Amino acid sequence: MNKTKMIIGKKHKKCKPHKINPGAVVTEPGSSIINKTGSWRSLRPEWDKKKCTQCMSCWMYCPDCSIPVLNNKRIETDFEFCKGCGICAKECIFSSIVMIKEKK
Amino acid sequence: MVRKVMEAATAVAEGVKLCKPAVIPLYPITPQTHIVERISEFVNDGDLDCELIHVESEHSAISAAVGSSSSGVRTYTATASQGLALMHEILFVASGMRLPIVMNVANRALSAPINIWNDHSDSVAARDTGWIQLYVESAQEAIDTTIQAFKIAEHNKVMLPIMVCLDGFTLTHVYEPVDIPQQGNVNRFLQKYKPSIKLDTKKPVTMGPIGYPDSFIHFKNQQKEAMLNALQIIKKINSEFNSKFHRKYGDGLIEMYNMKDAEYAVLCAGTICGTARVVIDNLRKTKNMKIGLIKLKSYRPFPVDSLINACKSLKGLAVIDKSFSFGFEGAFFTDVKSTLFNEKNKPLVHSFVGGLGGKDINTKDFEEIFNKIIKTKKPICEWLLKE
Ligand code: SF4
Ligand code: SF4
Repeated sequence: MNKTKMIIGKKHKKCKPHKINPGAVVTEPGSSIINKTGSWRSLRPEWDKKKCTQCMSCWMYCPDCSIPVLNNKRIETDFEFCKGCGICAKECIFSSIVMIKEKK
Repeated sequence: MVRKVMEAATAVAEGVKLCKPAVIPLYPITPQTHIVERISEFVNDGDLDCELIHVESEHSAISAAVGSSSSGVRTYTATASQGLALMHEILFVASGMRLPIVMNVANRALSAPINIWNDHSDSVAARDTGWIQLYVESAQEAIDTTIQAFKIAEHNKVMLPIMVCLDGFTLTHVYEPVDIPQQGNVNRFLQKYKPSIKLDTKKPVTMGPIGYPDSFIHFKNQQKEAMLNALQIIKKINSEFNSKFHRKYGDGLIEMYNMKDAEYAVLCAGTICGTARVVIDNLRKTKNMKIGLIKLKSYRPFPVDSLINACKSLKGLAVIDKSFSFGFEGAFFTDVKSTLFNEKNKPLVHSFVGGLGGKDINTKDFEEIFNKIIKTKKPICEWLLKE
Protein backbone atom coordinates (compact mmCIF):
# COMPACT_ATOMS: atom_id res chain seq x y z
CA MET A 1 0.00 0.00 0.00
CA ASN A 2 1.10 3.54 -0.69
CA LYS A 3 1.91 5.09 2.64
CA THR A 4 1.85 8.83 3.03
CA LYS A 5 4.84 10.17 4.92
CA MET A 6 2.73 12.89 6.53
CA ILE A 7 2.69 13.00 10.30
CA ILE A 8 -0.59 13.63 12.07
CA GLY A 9 -1.76 13.77 15.64
CA LYS A 10 0.57 16.60 16.70
CA LYS A 11 -2.35 18.64 17.98
CA HIS A 12 -3.31 16.07 20.57
CA LYS A 13 -0.89 16.53 23.44
CA LYS A 14 -1.38 13.03 24.75
CA CYS A 15 -1.09 11.43 21.32
CA LYS A 16 2.23 10.44 19.84
CA PRO A 17 2.50 11.69 16.25
CA HIS A 18 2.01 8.79 13.88
CA LYS A 19 2.08 7.89 10.20
CA ILE A 20 -1.10 7.74 8.15
CA ASN A 21 -1.47 4.10 7.33
CA PRO A 22 -4.06 3.29 4.68
CA GLY A 23 -7.28 2.13 6.29
CA ALA A 24 -6.36 4.01 9.49
CA VAL A 25 -4.47 1.02 10.85
CA VAL A 26 -2.58 1.82 14.04
CA THR A 27 0.55 -0.30 14.09
CA GLU A 28 1.82 0.52 17.60
CA PRO A 29 -0.02 -1.78 19.99
CA GLY A 30 -1.56 -0.50 23.23
CA SER A 31 -2.18 2.99 21.87
CA SER A 32 -5.57 3.18 23.57
CA ILE A 33 -3.71 3.51 26.89
CA ILE A 34 -2.85 7.10 25.90
CA ASN A 35 -6.47 8.00 25.39
CA LYS A 36 -7.90 8.31 28.90
CA THR A 37 -11.67 8.15 28.91
CA GLY A 38 -12.37 8.59 32.65
CA SER A 39 -13.05 12.30 32.33
CA TRP A 40 -16.47 11.59 30.77
CA ARG A 41 -17.76 10.12 34.04
CA SER A 42 -20.73 11.75 35.82
CA LEU A 43 -21.37 8.82 38.18
CA ARG A 44 -18.67 7.00 40.14
CA PRO A 45 -18.82 3.35 41.23
CA GLU A 46 -18.04 3.21 44.93
CA TRP A 47 -16.72 -0.16 45.95
CA ASP A 48 -17.23 -1.50 49.48
CA LYS A 49 -14.29 -3.83 49.99
CA LYS A 50 -15.87 -5.43 53.07
CA LYS A 51 -19.03 -6.56 51.28
CA CYS A 52 -17.09 -7.86 48.27
CA THR A 53 -16.90 -11.66 47.90
CA GLN A 54 -14.49 -11.51 44.95
CA CYS A 55 -17.00 -13.28 42.69
CA MET A 56 -15.55 -11.39 39.70
CA SER A 57 -18.89 -10.51 38.07
CA CYS A 58 -17.96 -6.85 37.89
CA TRP A 59 -14.63 -7.65 36.27
CA MET A 60 -16.36 -9.80 33.68
CA TYR A 61 -19.04 -7.25 32.80
CA CYS A 62 -17.07 -4.00 32.82
CA PRO A 63 -17.00 -2.95 29.15
CA ASP A 64 -13.89 -0.83 29.69
CA CYS A 65 -11.63 -3.29 31.53
CA SER A 66 -11.63 -0.75 34.35
CA ILE A 67 -11.60 -3.28 37.17
CA PRO A 68 -8.00 -4.38 37.62
CA VAL A 69 -7.18 -7.77 39.13
CA LEU A 70 -4.12 -8.42 41.28
CA ASN A 71 -3.27 -11.85 42.70
CA ASN A 72 -6.70 -13.20 41.68
CA LYS A 73 -8.48 -10.39 43.51
CA ARG A 74 -10.18 -7.30 42.19
CA ILE A 75 -8.65 -4.09 43.43
CA GLU A 76 -9.81 -0.45 43.34
CA THR A 77 -11.50 0.67 40.08
CA ASP A 78 -9.23 2.28 37.50
CA PHE A 79 -10.73 5.76 37.39
CA GLU A 80 -8.54 6.88 34.49
CA PHE A 81 -10.73 4.77 32.21
CA CYS A 82 -13.99 4.06 34.13
CA LYS A 83 -16.79 5.89 32.30
CA GLY A 84 -19.29 5.43 35.09
CA CYS A 85 -21.76 3.33 33.13
CA GLY A 86 -22.94 1.54 36.25
CA ILE A 87 -22.94 -1.95 34.80
CA CYS A 88 -20.69 -3.25 37.60
CA ALA A 89 -23.09 -1.89 40.24
CA LYS A 90 -26.03 -3.49 38.49
CA GLU A 91 -24.29 -6.85 38.17
CA CYS A 92 -22.91 -7.05 41.73
CA ILE A 93 -25.49 -9.16 43.55
CA PHE A 94 -23.74 -8.48 46.87
CA SER A 95 -24.52 -4.74 46.68
CA SER A 96 -20.87 -4.08 47.07
CA ILE A 97 -20.88 -1.34 44.40
CA VAL A 98 -23.06 1.77 44.50
CA MET A 99 -23.08 4.59 42.00
CA ILE A 100 -22.59 8.04 43.50
CA LYS A 101 -22.47 11.47 41.89
CA GLU A 102 -19.04 12.37 40.63
CA LYS A 103 -17.58 15.47 42.29
CA LYS A 104 -15.46 17.60 40.01
CA MET B 1 -10.56 -24.89 -21.03
CA VAL B 2 -13.96 -26.46 -20.47
CA ARG B 3 -16.90 -25.08 -22.43
CA LYS B 4 -20.24 -25.70 -20.76
CA VAL B 5 -23.75 -24.33 -21.01
CA MET B 6 -24.72 -22.89 -17.66
CA GLU B 7 -26.54 -20.14 -15.81
CA ALA B 8 -24.55 -16.96 -15.26
CA ALA B 9 -25.12 -17.43 -11.52
CA THR B 10 -23.44 -20.84 -11.75
CA ALA B 11 -20.63 -19.35 -13.83
CA VAL B 12 -20.02 -16.77 -11.11
CA ALA B 13 -19.95 -19.52 -8.48
CA GLU B 14 -17.44 -21.47 -10.60
CA GLY B 15 -15.33 -18.32 -10.84
CA VAL B 16 -15.41 -17.84 -7.07
CA LYS B 17 -14.41 -21.48 -6.56
CA LEU B 18 -11.38 -21.00 -8.81
CA CYS B 19 -10.26 -18.02 -6.71
CA LYS B 20 -10.44 -20.04 -3.46
CA PRO B 21 -11.70 -17.49 -0.95
CA ALA B 22 -11.11 -18.60 2.66
CA VAL B 23 -14.32 -17.14 4.07
CA ILE B 24 -17.75 -16.54 2.53
CA PRO B 25 -20.44 -15.03 4.77
CA LEU B 26 -23.69 -15.56 2.92
CA TYR B 27 -27.32 -14.59 3.03
CA PRO B 28 -29.56 -15.55 0.12
CA ILE B 29 -31.75 -13.02 -1.66
CA THR B 30 -33.51 -13.17 -5.02
CA PRO B 31 -32.03 -13.07 -7.66
CA GLN B 32 -28.59 -13.73 -6.16
CA THR B 33 -29.63 -16.99 -4.47
CA HIS B 34 -28.33 -19.35 -7.14
CA ILE B 35 -24.81 -18.00 -6.67
CA VAL B 36 -24.58 -18.79 -2.95
CA GLU B 37 -26.53 -22.03 -3.34
CA ARG B 38 -24.04 -23.29 -5.88
CA ILE B 39 -21.11 -22.20 -3.70
CA SER B 40 -22.65 -24.03 -0.71
CA GLU B 41 -22.83 -27.18 -2.84
CA PHE B 42 -19.16 -26.83 -3.75
CA VAL B 43 -18.25 -26.62 -0.08
CA ASN B 44 -20.58 -29.49 0.83
CA ASP B 45 -19.08 -31.70 -1.88
CA GLY B 46 -15.56 -30.89 -0.78
CA ASP B 47 -14.74 -29.06 -4.01
CA LEU B 48 -14.06 -25.79 -2.20
CA ASP B 49 -12.24 -25.60 1.12
CA CYS B 50 -13.74 -22.51 2.66
CA GLU B 51 -15.52 -21.31 5.79
CA LEU B 52 -19.16 -20.56 5.00
CA ILE B 53 -20.81 -18.34 7.58
CA HIS B 54 -24.60 -18.47 7.53
CA VAL B 55 -25.66 -15.12 8.91
CA GLU B 56 -29.01 -13.64 9.92
CA SER B 57 -29.00 -10.65 7.58
CA GLU B 58 -27.00 -8.86 4.91
CA HIS B 59 -25.84 -6.34 7.48
CA SER B 60 -24.22 -9.26 9.28
CA ALA B 61 -22.94 -10.79 6.04
CA ILE B 62 -20.91 -7.73 5.18
CA SER B 63 -19.89 -7.22 8.82
CA ALA B 64 -18.55 -10.78 8.93
CA ALA B 65 -16.77 -10.10 5.64
CA VAL B 66 -15.12 -7.03 7.19
CA GLY B 67 -13.93 -9.17 10.10
CA SER B 68 -12.65 -11.96 7.93
CA SER B 69 -10.90 -9.65 5.48
CA SER B 70 -9.28 -7.79 8.41
CA SER B 71 -7.72 -11.06 9.48
CA GLY B 72 -5.96 -11.12 6.12
CA VAL B 73 -7.78 -13.81 4.17
CA ARG B 74 -9.51 -13.68 0.80
CA THR B 75 -13.20 -12.93 1.40
CA TYR B 76 -16.23 -13.07 -0.87
CA THR B 77 -19.97 -12.50 -0.57
CA ALA B 78 -22.93 -11.76 -2.85
CA THR B 79 -26.17 -9.84 -2.54
CA ALA B 80 -28.89 -7.88 -4.35
CA SER B 81 -31.40 -5.09 -3.94
CA GLN B 82 -32.77 -4.75 -0.38
CA GLY B 83 -29.81 -6.80 0.81
CA LEU B 84 -27.34 -4.31 -0.60
CA ALA B 85 -29.41 -1.50 0.91
CA LEU B 86 -29.23 -3.19 4.31
CA MET B 87 -25.43 -3.42 3.95
CA HIS B 88 -25.14 0.29 3.22
CA GLU B 89 -23.66 1.36 6.56
CA ILE B 90 -20.92 -1.29 6.52
CA LEU B 91 -20.05 -0.73 2.85
CA PHE B 92 -18.33 2.49 3.93
CA VAL B 93 -16.50 0.63 6.70
CA ALA B 94 -15.16 -1.95 4.24
CA SER B 95 -13.81 0.69 1.85
CA GLY B 96 -12.59 2.99 4.62
CA MET B 97 -10.64 0.12 6.17
CA ARG B 98 -9.28 -0.68 2.70
CA LEU B 99 -10.45 -4.30 2.73
CA PRO B 100 -10.35 -6.05 -0.66
CA ILE B 101 -13.67 -7.87 -0.36
CA VAL B 102 -15.20 -9.10 -3.62
CA MET B 103 -19.00 -9.09 -3.86
CA ASN B 104 -21.33 -9.94 -6.70
CA VAL B 105 -24.48 -7.85 -6.90
CA ALA B 106 -27.35 -9.44 -8.82
CA ASN B 107 -28.96 -6.14 -9.78
CA ARG B 108 -32.60 -5.81 -8.81
CA ALA B 109 -35.04 -2.96 -8.20
CA LEU B 110 -35.71 -1.61 -4.72
CA SER B 111 -39.13 -1.52 -3.05
CA ALA B 112 -41.75 0.00 -3.06
CA PRO B 113 -43.72 -1.40 -4.76
CA ILE B 114 -42.13 -4.77 -4.16
CA ASN B 115 -40.32 -5.88 -7.28
CA ILE B 116 -37.79 -8.66 -7.74
CA TRP B 117 -36.80 -7.86 -11.33
CA ASN B 118 -33.79 -6.16 -12.77
CA ASP B 119 -32.72 -2.57 -12.84
CA HIS B 120 -29.62 -0.77 -11.55
CA SER B 121 -31.09 1.29 -8.71
CA ASP B 122 -29.55 -0.91 -5.99
CA SER B 123 -25.90 -0.63 -6.96
CA VAL B 124 -26.15 2.90 -8.33
CA ALA B 125 -27.50 3.98 -4.92
CA ALA B 126 -24.30 2.48 -3.45
CA ARG B 127 -22.14 4.43 -5.87
CA ASP B 128 -20.58 6.71 -3.26
CA THR B 129 -19.66 4.02 -0.74
CA GLY B 130 -16.06 3.86 -1.94
CA TRP B 131 -16.40 0.48 -3.66
CA ILE B 132 -15.18 -0.20 -7.17
CA GLN B 133 -18.16 -1.09 -9.37
CA LEU B 134 -17.90 -3.17 -12.54
CA TYR B 135 -20.96 -4.06 -14.66
CA VAL B 136 -21.02 -7.12 -16.90
CA GLU B 137 -22.98 -8.12 -19.98
CA SER B 138 -22.69 -11.92 -20.34
CA ALA B 139 -22.14 -15.06 -18.28
CA GLN B 140 -18.60 -15.27 -19.68
CA GLU B 141 -17.88 -11.70 -18.68
CA ALA B 142 -19.38 -12.39 -15.25
CA ILE B 143 -16.98 -15.25 -14.46
CA ASP B 144 -13.98 -13.51 -16.04
CA THR B 145 -14.64 -10.25 -14.21
CA THR B 146 -15.20 -12.02 -10.89
CA ILE B 147 -11.77 -13.65 -11.23
CA GLN B 148 -10.19 -10.33 -12.20
CA ALA B 149 -11.97 -8.60 -9.34
CA PHE B 150 -9.90 -10.40 -6.68
CA LYS B 151 -6.70 -9.34 -8.42
CA ILE B 152 -7.84 -5.72 -8.81
CA ALA B 153 -9.09 -5.41 -5.22
CA GLU B 154 -5.99 -7.01 -3.69
CA HIS B 155 -3.49 -5.01 -5.77
CA ASN B 156 -1.30 -3.08 -3.33
CA LYS B 157 -1.97 0.19 -5.15
CA VAL B 158 -5.71 -0.34 -4.82
CA MET B 159 -6.76 -2.27 -1.69
CA LEU B 160 -10.43 -1.48 -2.13
CA PRO B 161 -13.55 -3.62 -2.05
CA ILE B 162 -15.23 -4.29 -5.37
CA MET B 163 -18.75 -5.05 -6.59
CA VAL B 164 -19.18 -7.09 -9.74
CA CYS B 165 -22.72 -6.24 -10.85
CA LEU B 166 -24.74 -8.53 -13.09
CA ASP B 167 -28.35 -8.08 -14.10
CA GLY B 168 -30.79 -10.10 -12.01
CA PHE B 169 -32.70 -12.75 -14.00
CA THR B 170 -31.82 -11.32 -17.43
CA LEU B 171 -28.30 -12.51 -16.71
CA THR B 172 -28.17 -14.46 -13.43
CA HIS B 173 -30.82 -16.95 -14.58
CA VAL B 174 -29.92 -17.12 -18.26
CA TYR B 175 -28.09 -20.14 -19.69
CA GLU B 176 -25.16 -19.40 -21.98
CA PRO B 177 -22.08 -21.29 -23.14
CA VAL B 178 -19.19 -20.45 -20.81
CA ASP B 179 -15.47 -21.25 -20.92
CA ILE B 180 -14.44 -22.23 -17.42
CA PRO B 181 -10.75 -21.40 -16.99
CA GLN B 182 -8.51 -24.16 -15.67
CA GLN B 183 -7.50 -24.08 -12.03
CA GLY B 184 -3.78 -24.08 -12.85
CA ASN B 185 -4.14 -21.05 -15.12
CA VAL B 186 -6.16 -19.17 -12.53
CA ASN B 187 -3.51 -20.01 -9.89
CA ARG B 188 -0.86 -18.49 -12.12
CA PHE B 189 -3.00 -15.43 -12.86
CA LEU B 190 -4.18 -14.82 -9.31
CA GLN B 191 -1.44 -15.33 -6.74
CA LYS B 192 -2.13 -16.10 -3.10
CA TYR B 193 -3.40 -13.08 -1.23
CA LYS B 194 -0.68 -11.61 0.98
CA PRO B 195 -2.03 -8.63 2.93
CA SER B 196 0.50 -6.01 4.02
CA ILE B 197 -1.38 -5.48 7.28
CA LYS B 198 -3.73 -7.87 9.05
CA LEU B 199 -5.02 -8.76 12.49
CA ASP B 200 -2.32 -10.96 13.95
CA THR B 201 -1.73 -11.81 17.60
CA LYS B 202 2.02 -12.03 16.94
CA LYS B 203 2.11 -8.50 15.53
CA PRO B 204 -0.86 -6.69 17.03
CA VAL B 205 -2.41 -3.69 15.31
CA THR B 206 -5.55 -1.63 15.86
CA MET B 207 -8.08 -1.54 13.04
CA GLY B 208 -11.09 0.73 12.79
CA PRO B 209 -9.99 3.44 15.27
CA ILE B 210 -11.46 6.92 15.57
CA GLY B 211 -10.22 9.49 13.04
CA TYR B 212 -10.10 13.00 14.44
CA PRO B 213 -10.82 16.00 12.20
CA ASP B 214 -7.10 16.51 11.52
CA SER B 215 -6.60 12.99 10.16
CA PHE B 216 -9.96 11.84 8.75
CA ILE B 217 -9.69 13.82 5.53
CA HIS B 218 -6.24 12.37 4.86
CA PHE B 219 -7.58 8.83 4.94
CA LYS B 220 -10.33 9.85 2.53
CA ASN B 221 -7.69 11.44 0.31
CA GLN B 222 -5.83 8.11 0.24
CA GLN B 223 -9.07 6.39 -0.77
CA LYS B 224 -9.47 8.90 -3.58
CA GLU B 225 -5.93 8.17 -4.78
CA ALA B 226 -6.51 4.42 -4.59
CA MET B 227 -9.63 4.79 -6.73
CA LEU B 228 -7.62 6.74 -9.32
CA ASN B 229 -4.92 4.05 -9.24
CA ALA B 230 -7.66 1.51 -9.89
CA LEU B 231 -8.28 3.07 -13.32
CA GLN B 232 -4.81 1.96 -14.42
CA ILE B 233 -4.85 -1.34 -12.55
CA ILE B 234 -8.20 -2.42 -14.03
CA LYS B 235 -6.81 -1.75 -17.51
CA LYS B 236 -3.58 -3.60 -16.75
CA ILE B 237 -5.34 -6.64 -15.31
CA ASN B 238 -7.76 -6.68 -18.26
CA SER B 239 -4.83 -7.05 -20.66
CA GLU B 240 -3.01 -9.52 -18.40
CA PHE B 241 -6.17 -11.61 -18.39
CA ASN B 242 -6.29 -11.36 -22.16
CA SER B 243 -2.74 -12.65 -22.57
CA LYS B 244 -3.47 -15.66 -20.32
CA PHE B 245 -7.07 -16.47 -21.27
CA HIS B 246 -7.44 -14.74 -24.68
CA ARG B 247 -10.50 -12.75 -23.74
CA LYS B 248 -10.72 -9.02 -23.09
CA TYR B 249 -13.45 -6.51 -22.48
CA GLY B 250 -12.50 -3.26 -24.19
CA ASP B 251 -9.82 -1.48 -22.19
CA GLY B 252 -11.31 -2.95 -19.01
CA LEU B 253 -13.18 0.28 -18.25
CA ILE B 254 -15.34 0.75 -21.31
CA GLU B 255 -15.95 -1.43 -24.34
CA MET B 256 -16.58 0.03 -27.77
CA TYR B 257 -18.66 -1.61 -30.48
CA ASN B 258 -18.66 -0.25 -34.04
CA MET B 259 -17.33 3.06 -32.81
CA LYS B 260 -14.60 3.60 -35.43
CA ASP B 261 -16.70 5.60 -37.89
CA ALA B 262 -19.72 6.12 -35.65
CA GLU B 263 -21.39 9.53 -35.57
CA TYR B 264 -24.08 8.54 -33.08
CA ALA B 265 -23.92 6.12 -30.19
CA VAL B 266 -25.67 4.77 -27.13
CA LEU B 267 -24.00 4.38 -23.76
CA CYS B 268 -25.34 1.80 -21.34
CA ALA B 269 -24.32 -0.99 -18.95
CA GLY B 270 -25.22 -4.63 -18.43
CA THR B 271 -27.29 -6.99 -20.54
CA ILE B 272 -29.03 -4.35 -22.67
CA CYS B 273 -25.67 -3.86 -24.39
CA GLY B 274 -26.37 -7.16 -26.15
CA THR B 275 -29.67 -5.80 -27.50
CA ALA B 276 -27.89 -2.63 -28.60
CA ARG B 277 -25.31 -4.66 -30.55
CA VAL B 278 -28.04 -6.46 -32.51
CA VAL B 279 -29.81 -3.22 -33.38
CA ILE B 280 -26.56 -1.54 -34.40
CA ASP B 281 -25.69 -4.45 -36.73
CA ASN B 282 -29.16 -4.33 -38.30
CA LEU B 283 -29.38 -0.59 -38.80
CA ARG B 284 -25.86 -0.44 -40.19
CA LYS B 285 -26.72 -3.16 -42.71
CA THR B 286 -30.20 -2.01 -43.73
CA LYS B 287 -30.03 1.78 -43.33
CA ASN B 288 -26.31 2.40 -43.45
CA MET B 289 -26.47 4.35 -40.18
CA LYS B 290 -23.12 5.24 -38.65
CA ILE B 291 -23.93 4.14 -35.13
CA GLY B 292 -22.13 2.41 -32.28
CA LEU B 293 -22.17 1.38 -28.62
CA ILE B 294 -20.12 2.47 -25.64
CA LYS B 295 -20.50 -0.14 -22.92
CA LEU B 296 -19.85 1.28 -19.48
CA LYS B 297 -18.06 -1.44 -17.57
CA SER B 298 -16.39 0.47 -14.75
CA TYR B 299 -18.81 2.91 -13.14
CA ARG B 300 -16.53 3.61 -10.16
CA PRO B 301 -13.82 4.60 -10.85
CA PHE B 302 -15.47 6.53 -13.68
CA PRO B 303 -13.46 6.12 -16.91
CA VAL B 304 -13.11 9.81 -17.70
CA ASP B 305 -10.25 9.65 -20.22
CA SER B 306 -11.51 6.58 -22.05
CA LEU B 307 -14.90 8.19 -22.39
CA ILE B 308 -13.59 11.53 -23.66
CA ASN B 309 -11.62 9.64 -26.31
CA ALA B 310 -14.59 7.52 -27.28
CA CYS B 311 -16.82 10.58 -27.76
CA LYS B 312 -14.38 12.75 -29.72
CA SER B 313 -15.96 12.41 -33.14
CA LEU B 314 -19.55 11.76 -32.07
CA LYS B 315 -22.43 14.06 -32.96
CA GLY B 316 -24.96 12.56 -30.60
CA LEU B 317 -24.86 10.21 -27.62
CA ALA B 318 -27.85 8.61 -25.90
CA VAL B 319 -27.17 7.64 -22.29
CA ILE B 320 -29.49 4.92 -21.03
CA ASP B 321 -30.04 4.73 -17.29
CA LYS B 322 -31.75 1.84 -15.52
CA SER B 323 -31.93 3.90 -12.34
CA PHE B 324 -33.06 7.40 -11.48
CA SER B 325 -32.10 10.14 -9.08
CA PHE B 326 -35.47 11.60 -8.19
CA GLY B 327 -35.56 15.33 -8.50
CA PHE B 328 -32.79 15.31 -11.09
CA GLU B 329 -31.92 12.72 -13.74
CA GLY B 330 -30.27 9.36 -14.46
CA ALA B 331 -26.94 8.90 -12.69
CA PHE B 332 -24.96 7.73 -15.75
CA PHE B 333 -26.33 10.72 -17.68
CA THR B 334 -25.12 13.19 -15.04
CA ASP B 335 -21.66 11.66 -14.97
CA VAL B 336 -21.27 11.49 -18.75
CA LYS B 337 -22.32 15.12 -19.16
CA SER B 338 -19.98 16.27 -16.44
CA THR B 339 -17.12 14.29 -18.01
CA LEU B 340 -17.63 16.02 -21.37
CA PHE B 341 -18.45 19.47 -20.01
CA ASN B 342 -15.05 21.10 -20.59
CA GLU B 343 -14.30 19.30 -23.87
CA LYS B 344 -14.23 21.24 -27.11
CA ASN B 345 -15.46 18.45 -29.36
CA LYS B 346 -18.37 16.82 -27.68
CA PRO B 347 -21.62 15.25 -28.79
CA LEU B 348 -25.10 16.36 -27.85
CA VAL B 349 -25.89 14.12 -24.87
CA HIS B 350 -29.40 12.72 -24.48
CA SER B 351 -30.99 10.89 -21.57
CA PHE B 352 -33.24 7.85 -21.76
CA VAL B 353 -34.41 6.25 -18.53
CA GLY B 354 -35.90 2.81 -18.80
CA GLY B 355 -35.94 -0.80 -17.74
CA LEU B 356 -36.99 0.06 -14.19
CA GLY B 357 -38.28 -2.92 -12.22
CA GLY B 358 -37.57 -5.32 -15.08
CA LYS B 359 -39.43 -3.54 -17.87
CA ASP B 360 -37.83 -4.66 -21.13
CA ILE B 361 -35.72 -2.33 -23.21
CA ASN B 362 -36.06 -4.10 -26.54
CA THR B 363 -34.78 -3.73 -30.10
CA LYS B 364 -37.66 -1.39 -31.00
CA ASP B 365 -36.68 0.94 -28.16
CA PHE B 366 -33.11 1.08 -29.41
CA GLU B 367 -34.24 1.70 -33.00
CA GLU B 368 -36.38 4.59 -31.80
CA ILE B 369 -33.57 5.98 -29.70
CA PHE B 370 -31.18 5.98 -32.65
CA ASN B 371 -33.76 7.52 -34.98
CA LYS B 372 -34.55 10.25 -32.47
CA ILE B 373 -30.98 11.26 -31.66
CA ILE B 374 -30.05 11.39 -35.36
CA LYS B 375 -33.00 13.66 -36.16
CA THR B 376 -32.96 16.05 -33.20
CA LYS B 377 -31.00 19.25 -32.80
CA LYS B 378 -31.98 19.64 -29.13
CA PRO B 379 -31.12 17.43 -26.17
CA ILE B 380 -33.74 14.80 -25.35
CA CYS B 381 -34.71 13.71 -21.83
CA GLU B 382 -37.18 10.86 -21.88
CA TRP B 383 -38.50 7.86 -19.99
CA LEU B 384 -39.10 4.68 -22.00
CA LEU B 385 -42.67 3.99 -20.95
CA LYS B 386 -44.24 2.37 -24.02
CA GLU B 387 -45.41 -1.23 -24.02
S1 SF4 C 1 -19.35 -8.22 41.59
FE1 SF4 C 1 -19.43 -7.36 43.63
S2 SF4 C 1 -18.87 -9.02 44.95
FE2 SF4 C 1 -18.29 -9.66 42.92
S3 SF4 C 1 -16.16 -9.03 42.80
FE3 SF4 C 1 -17.33 -7.36 41.99
S4 SF4 C 1 -17.64 -6.01 43.74
FE4 SF4 C 1 -16.99 -7.96 44.54
S1 SF4 D 1 -18.95 1.97 36.12
FE1 SF4 D 1 -18.83 0.92 34.15
S2 SF4 D 1 -16.82 1.47 33.40
FE2 SF4 D 1 -16.79 1.95 35.56
S3 SF4 D 1 -15.98 0.13 36.53
FE3 SF4 D 1 -18.20 -0.06 36.55
S4 SF4 D 1 -18.66 -1.23 34.70
FE4 SF4 D 1 -16.60 -0.46 34.46
